Amino acid sequence: MPRPASIPGTTLFDGAAAMKGYALNKMCYSFNSAANREAFRQDEDGYCARYGLSPEQREAVRHRNVLELIGAGGNVYYLAKLAGIFGLDVQDLGAQQTGMTKDEFKAKLIAAGR
Amino acid sequence: MAKIVGAITTSHVPAIGKAIARNLREDPYWKPFFDGFAPVHRWLERVRPDVAVILYNDHGLNFFLDKMPTFAVGAASEYRNADEGWGIPTLPPVPGSPKLSWHLIERLVGEEFDITTCQEMLVDHAFTIPMALLWPGKGAWPVRTVPVCINTVQHPLPSAMRCYKLGEAVGRAIESYEEDLRVVVIGTGGLSHQLDGERAGFINKAFDLEFMEKLPSDPLWAARRSIRDLVELTGTQGIELLMWLAARGALGGEAVTVHSNYHIPISNTAAGLMLMERRAA
Repeated sequence: MPRPASIPGTTLFDGAAAMKGYALNKMCYSFNSAANREAFRQDEDGYCARYGLSPEQREAVRHRNVLELIGAGGNVYYLAKLAGIFGLDVQDLGAQQTGMTKDEFKAKLIAAGR
Repeated sequence: MAKIVGAITTSHVPAIGKAIARNLREDPYWKPFFDGFAPVHRWLERVRPDVAVILYNDHGLNFFLDKMPTFAVGAASEYRNADEGWGIPTLPPVPGSPKLSWHLIERLVGEEFDITTCQEMLVDHAFTIPMALLWPGKGAWPVRTVPVCINTVQHPLPSAMRCYKLGEAVGRAIESYEEDLRVVVIGTGGLSHQLDGERAGFINKAFDLEFMEKLPSDPLWAARRSIRDLVELTGTQGIELLMWLAARGALGGEAVTVHSNYHIPISNTAAGLMLMERRAA
């Protein structure tokens, strides 16, 4: 079947991404538990190793870079749990991905309502 | 026999949970959003539904990619919320209605919707925030619930038409239930927003407003579109309008808007609210 035309700036989390990102997303899913979040904080390398992250995924986590994490198969619903460990909310994530400051990103959202 | 008294559709942004916990209803950022619920509260006081069937999407609390059902129906006597990883306060358990759940399951499978059944199921903010918005500060919940979860995490998602038809089947199932119950159908999520990618922050006010205008009278205007096109129009998370289409499907026939509200932004999201009833015969 032909793949649907891509949407600029947008990744559909499909089967290929779900396979590629499985280890990373599984690690992020574990962060529903406060004890696991603390274990990650205590030993990030060890925690990532335990989940078998690929080198690309490990680097993306190290860089705290959302676009890299998505490129490595991360799904934003699970990545949000990782971001929470760093104290980042979805507007921080939006600002980082669009190359804006958080205030600029918030202003963009408000402007969308006009 | 059970009767559907109406359908309510609302956004379920996690930040709303924090705003409720911090009592920010009168805060200028939040007031235009929370004020939109007052007419719905009055309607609920008047209509007093016994049961809420809640169509929502899990965001990685109960379901992970190891097993990802397209449609899942809860069949538990209560549903618990839990830590989702970023610190919104959890809510007390919500009572279920297992007998009605199993009736829905029988009917849906009978209509060839091969759903997953869940006798244990954590419900995330997409379920609890609408509960907290619709029945605020009550202590004990005044309704029992049946959760119906639709996958919006992993593509392929069910088509918009399939979700609408699922809603129609849910509506028929409810109204074939022998007990005299007043049932409200709730669809949660949306409206336009996108959290991920270079297009993060995407909001489409023109589409949202047309969607809300057409939903009661012409739901197929949206339901006949492809998932890909709906993502382009509403964002990767705006696709949660699937839950609105399913809730509208449950109402069946012709519907009218009793109340609606639309406000940009709540967090990264265009927040929408609708209360619909069947058009009087």
